[in-house]
Amino acid sequence: MPGKSSRAAFGEALLDLGAKDERIITLDADLSKSTMTAKFAKAHPGRAFNVGIAESTMIGMAAGLALSGRVPFACSFACFLVGRFETIRVSVAYTQAPVKLVGTHVGVAIGEDGYTQMGLEDMACLRALPNIPIVQPADEIETKQAIAWAVEHPGPVYLRLTRQNLENVHGDGFRFQFGRAEVLRPGTDVSILATGGPLWNALEAAKRLESEGIHAEVLNVATIKPLDEETILRSAGRTGHVVTVEDHSVSGGLGGAVAEMLSEVMPTPLRKLGVSGFGESGDQKGLYAKHGLDAAGITASVTKFLSR
Amino acid sequence: MTKPDLGQLQQIARESRVQIIRMLTHAGSGHPGGSLSVIDILTVLYFSRMRYDAKHPLWEDRDRLVLSKGHCVPAQYVCMARAGYFPESALLTLRKLGSPLQGHPDRVALPGIEAATGSLGQGLSISLGMALGLKLAGKSSRVYCIVGDGEIQEGQVWEAAMSGPKVGAPDHHIDNLCTILDYNGIQLDDHVKKILDIEPIVDKWKAFNWAVIEIDGHDFGQIEKALDQAEAIKGKPVFIVAHTVKGKGVSYMEDNPEWHGKAPSPAEAVRAVREILGLPASGGEPPAWAAPILAELAAMEKK
Repeated sequence: MPGKSSRAAFGEALLDLGAKDERIITLDADLSKSTMTAKFAKAHPGRAFNVGIAESTMIGMAAGLALSGRVPFACSFACFLVGRFETIRVSVAYTQAPVKLVGTHVGVAIGEDGYTQMGLEDMACLRALPNIPIVQPADEIETKQAIAWAVEHPGPVYLRLTRQNLENVHGDGFRFQFGRAEVLRPGTDVSILATGGPLWNALEAAKRLESEGIHAEVLNVATIKPLDEETILRSAGRTGHVVTVEDHSVSGGLGGAVAEMLSEVMPTPLRKLGVSGFGESGDQKGLYAKHGLDAAGITASVTKFLSR
Repeated sequence: MTKPDLGQLQQIARESRVQIIRMLTHAGSGHPGGSLSVIDILTVLYFSRMRYDAKHPLWEDRDRLVLSKGHCVPAQYVCMARAGYFPESALLTLRKLGSPLQGHPDRVALPGIEAATGSLGQGLSISLGMALGLKLAGKSSRVYCIVGDGEIQEGQVWEAAMSGPKVGAPDHHIDNLCTILDYNGIQLDDHVKKILDIEPIVDKWKAFNWAVIEIDGHDFGQIEKALDQAEAIKGKPVFIVAHTVKGKGVSYMEDNPEWHGKAPSPAEAVRAVREILGLPASGGEPPAWAAPILAELAAMEKK
C-alpha cells in the first residue's frame, strides 16, 4: 500500500509539533495548499503568514523571524524557493539565520506540470553554499522525525520533499539520525545510494538483481549534505562499485557529492542515475522510465555497469 | 546615557566623518560617498535613539538596525566603535585579512551587526521578519532599516513594500519598523535619475500604505523629529525619505558619482579632513583629537 507523500507527512508533523511549540511559524508564497502548511495555518492563524507570490521577501522575512527567536518554516516549490538563491546565500546562509527552508515538488515525479515547476537543481545550488545542510527523507516516518530534528537544529536547514506518495521503507522503531546514511539492504556486489522518491525503486531493483545473482547493497542517503562519508566508504570499499539514484539533475546532487568524495578519498567506479537536461510534462511512471529511475531502469543500469 | 543635544550630535558626526575618511584611506578601498551621506542619520540612531548594550550585543530587548545599503558600513563601524562594541583602534583593520570589519557587514564576524547585507535589496525583508518576530514575542523593541536610493530599484524591496503594512495585520501591525531612505541621488554608475528614476518616491510608498515622512537627512532636528513621529504612528510601518548629499562634508566628493566607491589618496584625505574640520587648505589649528589623525594621514602622504 503506498504511503504518504513527504509533503503530507510534513504538514502533519507541523501540526503536531506546532501545537506544543509556540516558536514554530510557517511562511508561504501562495502555495500553502501544495506545501501542506494550510492545516497548520488553520489551527494557528496567528503563526502562519502567506506573503503572496513573493519568495524572496518570504525568505528574508524568515531570516528576520529566525533572528528574533522564532522557528520559521519558509515553504514553496523547491525550484521557486532555491531560485531565490542570492537571498538564501546572504540573508540565510551567510547571516546564519536558522531558517527551515522547505522545498516541495521535487524532481520529474511531479509529472504533468512540466519542467518549470520541477525542483531539479536545488541540491546542486545549495550544496555550494556553506552552512546549509540538505535533508531528503524517504518516507512518512522519516519525514516526521526529520522535521522534529529541524526544529531543534540551531542553524539553517533545507528539507527536500516530494509531491508524490512514497512507500514506507522504515518500521515503527526507526530513529532518524542527521548526517547518517542507512543500509536498508545489505549486499556485496554493488552499493546503490538512493535518496527520496526513487529509493523504493532502488530497493525493487535490488530484488530483481538478486535473481540475476547480483547482491546489491541499498543505502538511504537522507542527509545529502554533509555526506556520511564513513558509511558510504565502508559500503563502497566492500562492493567496489557505486550507483547513485536521485530524482534531481545528474549534476551536482547526490551523485555529484558522492563522485567528489570518492574521487578524492577512494576512487571507485561510479554510475550516476538522475535527470539529464530539462524535465517535461508526462505521467510520473513514464518520466521515471524515461530517465531510468524506475526499478527496471535501475536494474538495467546496474547490470550494464557491473558487466563492463 | 544622557541624550545629546543637537550641537553634540553635530560634533559626533563631524568626528565620525573624519574617521570614515581615515579608515577608507588606510583600507585603500571602500565607499566614501554613501558613508558620508548616511552618517548623520546613523549618529542620531546610535547616540540619541536606539536602546542597546554594546557589551551585550545580543541583549534581547535591544532595538535593531539593519543597514541594507551594506556598502556604507564604514559609517556604522565608526558609530559602533564610539558606542563601545569594539575598540576604536580596530577601525583601521577595515577590509584587512582576518578583521571582523568586513567590506560589507557580517553578522557572525561582528556582534552588533544584525544581518549580512550588501547584496542589495534584502535588508527590508529581513527587517520585516525581525519586526514581526519581536511583536510575536511581545517585545517593544524597534527595528530601523536603512535603504539606499539605487538599492530600491531591486524588486525584492517592492515585495517587502507590499508586505509591510499587511503581513502582521490585524493582530501584529508592523508599526515597530522604521525604514529610512538615504536619498543621496547617486548610485554606482551615475545619478539615480539617469539610471532609473525612483520618483515619485513619496507617492509610491504612500500608495503601498506606508506612513511617509520627508526630511532633510542632514538636519539633526528634523531627523529627531521624524523618528519621534515614527514612534507615535500606530498600525502601519513608517518610511522616512531623507534627502541627503552624497559625499556630504567633502566638497570634491559632494554630489559626484566618482566618489561612490573609491578611497581617497592620503593627500586627498588630508584635504577632506581639513574641510570637515573647517580648516583652511593649510595652516590653522586642528582640534586636539584631530591633530594626530591629520599627522598620520600626512605621514602616509610622504610614503
